[in-house]
Amino acid sequence: MNVLDIKDLKVEFPGRKSVFVAVNGVDMSVEAGKILGVVGESGAGKSTVGNAVIGLLQEPGHIAGGEIFLHGKRIDQLPYKEKRLLRGRKIGMIFQDPLTSLDPLQTVESQLVETIRTHLPLSGKDAQKRAIELIDAVGIPNPEERIKQYPHQFSGGMRQRVVIALALCAEPELVIADEPTTALDVSIQAQILELMKKLCAERNVAMLVITHDMGVIADITDHVAVMYHGDLVEFGETTQVLGAPKHPYTQSLISAVPRPDIRVERFPVVNYIEEAGTPQKQIDISTHWLGKSRDYEKVTGPLVQIKDLDMRFETRGSIFPSRRKYFQAVKKVSFDIQEGETFGLVGESGSGKSTIARLITGLYHPTGGSILFGKTELTSLKNRKDVLTMRRQMQMIFQDPYSSLNARLRVRDIIAEPIKFHRLASSNSEVRQIVDDLLDHVGLGAAAGQKFPHEFSGGQRQRISIARALATRPRFLICDEPTSALDVSIQAQILNLLKDLQEELGLTMLFISHDLAVIRQMCNRIGVMRHGELCEVSDCDQLFEAPQHPYTRELLELMPSMELLSRANLESA
Amino acid sequence: MIGFATRRLLQAMVVMLVVALLAFTMFRFVGDPINQMVGIETSIEEREALRERLGLNDPIPVQFARFVTQAAQFDFGTSYQFRQPVSELFAKRIPATLELSFTSALFALVVGIPMGIYAGLNRESAISKLFLSVSLVGISLPTFFIGILLIFLFSVTLQWLPSFGRGEVVQVGSWWTTGFLTASGLKALILPSITLGLYQMTLIMRLIRAEMLEVIRTDYIKFARARGLPDRLVHFRHALKNTLVPVITITGLQLGAIIAFATITETVFQWPGMGLMFLQAVQNVDIPIMSAYLLLTAFLFVAINFIVDILYFLIDPRLRVGRP
Repeated sequence: MNVLDIKDLKVEFPGRKSVFVAVNGVDMSVEAGKILGVVGESGAGKSTVGNAVIGLLQEPGHIAGGEIFLHGKRIDQLPYKEKRLLRGRKIGMIFQDPLTSLDPLQTVESQLVETIRTHLPLSGKDAQKRAIELIDAVGIPNPEERIKQYPHQFSGGMRQRVVIALALCAEPELVIADEPTTALDVSIQAQILELMKKLCAERNVAMLVITHDMGVIADITDHVAVMYHGDLVEFGETTQVLGAPKHPYTQSLISAVPRPDIRVERFPVVNYIEEAGTPQKQIDISTHWLGKSRDYEKVTGPLVQIKDLDMRFETRGSIFPSRRKYFQAVKKVSFDIQEGETFGLVGESGSGKSTIARLITGLYHPTGGSILFGKTELTSLKNRKDVLTMRRQMQMIFQDPYSSLNARLRVRDIIAEPIKFHRLASSNSEVRQIVDDLLDHVGLGAAAGQKFPHEFSGGQRQRISIARALATRPRFLICDEPTSALDVSIQAQILNLLKDLQEELGLTMLFISHDLAVIRQMCNRIGVMRHGELCEVSDCDQLFEAPQHPYTRELLELMPSMELLSRANLESA
Repeated sequence: MIGFATRRLLQAMVVMLVVALLAFTMFRFVGDPINQMVGIETSIEEREALRERLGLNDPIPVQFARFVTQAAQFDFGTSYQFRQPVSELFAKRIPATLELSFTSALFALVVGIPMGIYAGLNRESAISKLFLSVSLVGISLPTFFIGILLIFLFSVTLQWLPSFGRGEVVQVGSWWTTGFLTASGLKALILPSITLGLYQMTLIMRLIRAEMLEVIRTDYIKFARARGLPDRLVHFRHALKNTLVPVITITGLQLGAIIAFATITETVFQWPGMGLMFLQAVQNVDIPIMSAYLLLTAFLFVAINFIVDILYFLIDPRLRVGRP
């Protein structure tokens, strides 16, 4: 018998002018001990389904039609009080970000005990015993001691374990996990997915996993529901849906997922994916401003040479040097980047990869080592004019497209700023023309210049960032996780755009990512970082086929397997 | 924690020294203290002798050191007007000001916090909107105006409450006088404490409301709801506690402000407290009182700030362990 049955569910959010239909007639079901994945891109309505089931729809959203059954009992029409009793007791929920889903001012124990005692008639002592058992069951060592601690004393992965323990407090029959591993590193993600799979089987819980990540779907789910703009486009067994997708949206979604196992020249651009911006007006690079005066001094050998780079941050200041404490973010890192290649840096959070980007661009000053750009030693540049010349040659694209653009400036002014600052154009009308051309070239169209950043989606904003980076006619581009905040289909387009630009302009790139699959698609050579040290540098294919360092092997093994995924579109592309 | 407390204590002492310097300069540069003390018929020799006796010819650092040492022992010299030790004058006035401040702070908290919680949880309800509009009045009207309005309404028109003074007071201990124990004393407290506390009340209410709205949106509140916790636990154990850190900061500072700047209210209601005395001292260029008032106010603020900092540690466990 199915634990959860959703029949023709419709969720509406009435707005001022019109009603927004977030979920439009969706059917799905999940059995005890099985995992159902709901996959889709942002705005697909997948989280709304989860919230509707547990009864936590954000006002003014409401269930406008359809039925939800839990063990054959209809739950969508229960009054508020009875619905609350279901939450936690029958349905548990796991949220995305373990850093924010626990109350920072309460110990783990008090949060567990209050939840247990809300649902089960246990004494304080018994509840405490049960809390310790739960913490043990989710794999946190030393449960008796750890339980007395506050959330900030746990790491991200451990906190997600606490969140899972909280969701399981009262032995629910159904657990809804909304992007449970999106905020976690690969290695932690693998552990958490393993734990979820284990608990699901042991406790015979039905699980609804909501995610945008095809890897997670392929890894743990038994069934999968693919959603697109509030509609359910495909529902079936995971192997079936991923291996031989029927619906064109599923096909295009799967073909946009970067694979660690195959390298594609370009991602197939498919219908169904919006804002597939193609250059609206091609610029002839050989005659255009963008391609002109790229008269940088020729370099023999690598363009960027990093030698024994060291960076440490003071974590505790003191007037006594012996009491100061440091965090060594980068330890004796050396590598070269050849002119025209894309060098990838991969590693988990805190491995020091972003710090290296900041050191090269001069946002931080290294505590040791040297950075050679062409023939210039960057660490000893004093003269402001020299610094500016260097900065003009290297540009950076940041991860978060929402905070990296000034919200008060029009897009046109954002892109014109570096041109004016470096005095790269002779007149305002020329600047204007260049900005329009740049916007055309990154696929936004010149008209976009009139607007403000908030009028654009994440992917479009990242295109604006790219246009801004190109505005100084750089030869070296640093991309720090440029697509990790984007949906897969948008990511595919941005990666295509970066590849095209590199080819046209002969850019040298440093590409930083935590995602091995993306790195494989983009880079010629790859450096693997861990705890501030560079473990291994090798050619892209060699790294994936024959990894040398044990850590690299570990990372590769932890990646969710994508073998299930259909290759249909890739071969045709 | 102890390291933190010591560091804060040291900072507080530096602040106090700087304020002491200001208070000291007042003596030196606002008029000639000898002129203030003696009559016109005093001869120049006598003046010089007095100057010598009071140590006014010593080098300035020596005088400052003496000033600080004496101030630390609550010796602020003699008032020019009253010919009495300033510390005795203050001792007489402090109970009135503290009782008034305490009552109005209590009023602000007891009324402001529940209103803020209510308005934060039910932001769309008509009552919340009423609270907000009324509180706008509280914030925008000047204190003296509210005081006069209240006197006009409750003392002149309705004749329910006295318009000035502390009413009957009872002596408690050697120097403390209290109005809490007599009916007329309590009655006399009502109008001035509402006048003084109204601004703080609206501030606290608006602050709690804003913080509540913020906290209610966080993931851990959503997660608490998803675990099926009853609203009572979600709102008071999880939400309210997380709003407290900024609220305590502001409340602490406001408490200092209430005590230090009760001047206007005390004037309107002829309340025999420190503020009224300070105002009279300004009119008569009574520098010892002015400088003592300055030091006392600064001390209050520094002390309250110190207590607030320590409270952070008690509320927020993240501050208790050292940074990683």
